[in-house]
Parts: sequence; structure tokens; C-alpha cells
Amino acid sequence: MRVLGLDIGSRSVDAVWLEDGRIVDWAVADSGFDPGSAAAVFVERNAHDAIVSTGYGRHGARERFGGTAVTEITAYGVGAARLFPHAFSVLDIGGQDTKVISLGPGGKVTDFEMNDKCAAGTGKFLEVMARALGFSLEEMAEQGIAASTGVSISSMCTVFAESEVTGLVHRGEDRARIARGLHESIAKRTLSSLKRVNARGPLVFAGGVAKNPAMVALISEGFEGDVLVPEEAQTVGALGAALSLGAAAHQ
Amino acid sequence: MSDQPVDYHPMWAELGLDLPTHDALLGAVGQLFGDAYLTQENRPQGMDYLNFVMSEVHGLRIKELDDYRKSGGKVFGTFCLYVPEEIIRAAAGWCVGLCAGAEFAYDQVEQIMPRNTCSLIKSFMGFKLAKVCPYIESADLVIGETTCDGKKKAYELLGDMHNVYVMELPQMKRDVDMAMWRDEIRDLMAKVEEVTGNTITAESLKASIKEVNDKRRALQRIAATRAADPAPISGKDALLATQVAFYDDVPRFTQMMNALADELEARVAAGEGVAPKGAKRILITGTPMALPNWKLHDIIEKAGAVVVGEEMCTGSRYYQDLVSEDASTLDEMVSDIAEKYLDINCACFTPNQGRLEDVVRMAKELGADGVIDYSLQFCGLYEMEANAVEKTVRDAGFPVLKITTDYSMEDVGQLATRIEAFLEML
Repeated sequence: MRVLGLDIGSRSVDAVWLEDGRIVDWAVADSGFDPGSAAAVFVERNAHDAIVSTGYGRHGARERFGGTAVTEITAYGVGAARLFPHAFSVLDIGGQDTKVISLGPGGKVTDFEMNDKCAAGTGKFLEVMARALGFSLEEMAEQGIAASTGVSISSMCTVFAESEVTGLVHRGEDRARIARGLHESIAKRTLSSLKRVNARGPLVFAGGVAKNPAMVALISEGFEGDVLVPEEAQTVGALGAALSLGAAAHQ
Repeated sequence: MSDQPVDYHPMWAELGLDLPTHDALLGAVGQLFGDAYLTQENRPQGMDYLNFVMSEVHGLRIKELDDYRKSGGKVFGTFCLYVPEEIIRAAAGWCVGLCAGAEFAYDQVEQIMPRNTCSLIKSFMGFKLAKVCPYIESADLVIGETTCDGKKKAYELLGDMHNVYVMELPQMKRDVDMAMWRDEIRDLMAKVEEVTGNTITAESLKASIKEVNDKRRALQRIAATRAADPAPISGKDALLATQVAFYDDVPRFTQMMNALADELEARVAAGEGVAPKGAKRILITGTPMALPNWKLHDIIEKAGAVVVGEEMCTGSRYYQDLVSEDASTLDEMVSDIAEKYLDINCACFTPNQGRLEDVVRMAKELGADGVIDYSLQFCGLYEMEANAVEKTVRDAGFPVLKITTDYSMEDVGQLATRIEAFLEML
């Protein structure tokens, strides 16, 4: 049986095809202005017997392509546990959401926390700040790692932090130190969120922001326990979605 | 009830409502009600009455208030269940809740109060400023209370636009507080007597105590049926019943709710429910949900779970305690009323251990699979108390999800994800 797992996120649409539990193909595309069409391309790409959708577009995808839907929380739990069977927690920083998840045996979610309605501390936040600093995302991460100390950024609100960064740039503050400060402020917030759900290591760090080396370094430094980053960090949700069908079928 | 639709516009105009804005509001609430309520399947027939009340919420009910006032009766508007309805009714006054529960005219509100005020307060002020609440415009007197700092100051602002009387509610439950609260109730009696021109007697107060208790008893019967699996009524419908309790004619509402309770008891006996047996069961605790705030219930129930109880002012706090009916003198009755109302476990009290006990007891009695703590953003009292609720509920063995939100719809997608994930976790 071939299952397509679709993760329709705010910044990317990710797909994983499982054949009897084995990954046979995967793909990632930008969500753009029409994530449904991006997903439709994936639906056409390989034959499948079932579809499970996750991500904020899960209900729309279920209506359009059929199949079932599962939340990103459950999907990331299952996906992370498949890649790292000993994982006890998951951190997913995506385009506009941050999720921290505590796991029990088999990737079962025991507690979780998600950011509220604003994009504070997410991939979107980093994008906006990179633009304010005149860096690409990659440059901002490199600069952040290179700087030995960061400027303290007090605002977590994307809009206020952008003004704060602009103010710092105008005062002549070193852009590398600002870049480090921005990463530090997200890391600090994320670490306290992990504490609130009693996250134990090993921690699987997934989602688009897990590709940012500065964030990975800061989270690893502050977290008590191992931090594991999957090779294809963006497809953990799609993998978990596809796997969740098997999990449900086994119940 | 005639078959011809009645045009209420002349009545609304006479009350001073802003007609185009009010029409737009009624359209929006009608659509919200349709989406949240009329899409539900397998509803009890007794809900037809509440559907009818909702279709006439600014029509027939306001006409009744209007007729009553034109015959010399007085109407009192309240925002909080600490204002004793028994006292008002004992002087032949009618008590109605006032409009809130939807984001309305915040641009005007934010000119006179800070942005970071809770939705409940902003909303009632918005309805007043935009002239779209026929209840407040029908109220001869608004009776406020000092249940939080925001409301205290909001009543001062409202006082510039309307007749307002404020009761001081103590913040603790010691003997000295009880004595003060009894005095407050006596002062309210004098005020209500002055406004209505009627004297409250032992007979009239005894009758109104019985009448309001009967309303609570009917709601208790409905609440008790929700312990059954499958639940015979959706949480949304049960919430609506409590919300309407604040507005409707008391004897009529009691009669209709008893009829609904009869039907629900029969459903339970027959094993019939609104959600399939085994659907995830949720208890909600937190800040009140003023009509038409159905946001959280709607998300939970559209995700396939069923809400089996509300530990809130639009829930158990409204009906779980009765006033003793044994007293024969006015003084004893005032004491009984004071005692009953001070027993309500609102987060405005310190300490408020009783609420924590209520939540755990209800979660057990109703067979809840999980508890959702609901705070309105900027409601400092409930946001602060959420921490103790979370810990207590968890220690009692129930999973808990803390939600802070407001009346806007912008976070519905994210809330749905969190709630669905919570349900998947149970």
C-alpha cells in the first residue's frame, strides 16, 4: 500500500510517499500564493492508495484530494519518532508556527505548546529581520555564528522587533551582533517553551528553521540533552502524516 | 405570534438605535448563528424554542420589555451574575443581560479606553457607543459591580452615557466581607425600590427566590444529562441555554427548559446522543462567554468532540447553587441571598480554592477526557488563575489545554490546530 503524506505549511508544501512503511519518494515546494496547486502537483506525481494531510492547509487538502487529516502536532511526533526512535521531544519551528512537543513511547504526544496568533520567533520573524539587516537568511545565520556576543533584542513582536533593529542599525550597532541577538532571542523563548512542556532529550529539531545553523547551535547550547536535526527537516510532518495512517490502522 | 413578520425598525428607532449599523449587526449574528448552530445534526427538538428566541433576540423580547415599560414596569440591565435577580424581581423589576460577546466598534472604544482591555469590556462599550444594543437602551438602570478593575473604570465611562449603579463586591469571603455584602444587597433593595416605586416585601422576595431557583433547577437538570455518554445535547446548545437565561422571561424560560430537560432525560434513557458514543468529552473552565461568543465550543465540536460542561459564569456558576427557601423574614432572606451569591467562585476572589475544587469535581462527574482552560486576553484574573487550574487539573489526572484568546476570528485556524492536536492526544 502506498500512502502520500502532505504537509501544507505557510511557507512550503512537503510530500512523502511511503510504500509499506518505507520512504519511496519525497518532495518540497514553496507554498507561494496557491499552496493547493503546489500540493496538486505532488498528488499527480506518484500513484498512491491513500492521502493524509497535515499543516494549516490540511482541511482544504482533505476536501480537495480526499483522504484524512491530522494536526501537525501529531504528525511531527510520529515523524520524529520514526526517524529517531529514542527521541523524547520535538521542536518544530516553521514559517509562522513554533511547536514544542513532549513524546511518550511510540511518538505519542503527551504535551505540547504552540505559539499564539502572532509570528513571533518563527521563520517569518527571521525573514523579516534579515531584510531589515540587508542580509539573506544564510548570511544572517553565518554572521550570527561569527559574532561572539549578541545585542539584546527586547521585542519578540515581529513588527516591534523590526523597528528595534532599524533603530540599532541607525545607531551604528554591528549588524553581526544584531544578527546574533535576534537568534538568541528566539532561542531563549523556545527554550523556555521546551521547559514548560518538560521536554527531555533527545530533542528532534525539525521544520524549516532547523536548516539555520545559528539556531541549531544556540538551541543545542541551551538544551539539556542531545539535539538531533533530521537530514530533511522539512519533511518530518509529511512523513508523520503518512505514518499516522498506519498507526491508526493498527489501533 | 402572528405569521406576518413584524417590522421592529420603528421600535428600534424609538430606542435610539443606529438602524443601518444595527441591521448589519443582526445580519452578522444571524449568519454566525446559522453557521454554528443550524449546521448541527440531531439536535433536541426543545432547541426550537432557543432558535426562536435567537431569531427574535432583538425583536419580540425587546417588544416585551418595551410594552412592560410603557405599562409602568422597570427594566434593569446587568453584566454579571453577582447582581441578585431575586431582589430586582421582588420589586417587579425585570432583569436582562446586556450585549457583549462580539467584536464591535472597537475603533470608537479605543478612543476612550486602552487597547489592552479585555474583549468583554471593549465589546459592551462598543455596543453602547455604536448604539446597537436594544437591551441597554431599554434599561432604566444598569447595575454594575466591582468584579475587576477594568469593569470598575468602564462603569465610570458608561456613567457618562447611561444611568449606572455600582454594587461593591468584596474580594474575600471572610465574615467581615459577608457583612459588607449583606449591606450592599440592602442598599440595592433601596435603590431598586426607588426606581420601581414598589416595596419589596417578605412575600414578594420569597416568591422571587423560588422563581429564580426554579430557573436554576431547570438548568441543573439539563447540565446533569450531559454526564451521559453519548451526550444528549451539544455543548453549544447547552451554552446557548445558559446565555439566554440572562435575557428571557423567567417563568416562560423555566417552563421551556424543563421541557428540554424532559426530552434530554428521555434521550439519555434511550441511549441517544448528539455525538457518537465515545466522542471525546471536554470540560471548559474560565471567563464567561457572552452571547454570541460561541467560538471555542464551535471549534471543539466541529473537530468531533463534545463539550460536556462549562465551569464559568455562563455555565455552572450561574445555576449550581440555590438560595435557601426556608426563610420567613426579609432579613433572613437577604442573608440567604448574600450567602448564595458570595458562594460563587469567581477569580475576582482571593483565595479561590473553591473554583479549583469545582473544576476537578465537574471533570469527574461529567466523565471529561480533558479540560480546556479559557481566558480572555487581558483578563488578568483568569489569566493569572489559569496556572493554578492547570496544575490542579493535571494533578487530578486530567490532560489540560490552556487557551488565551479574544472575540476576533483571526486566530481560529491556530486554535483549531491546538484543539485538534489536544483531542488527538487524549
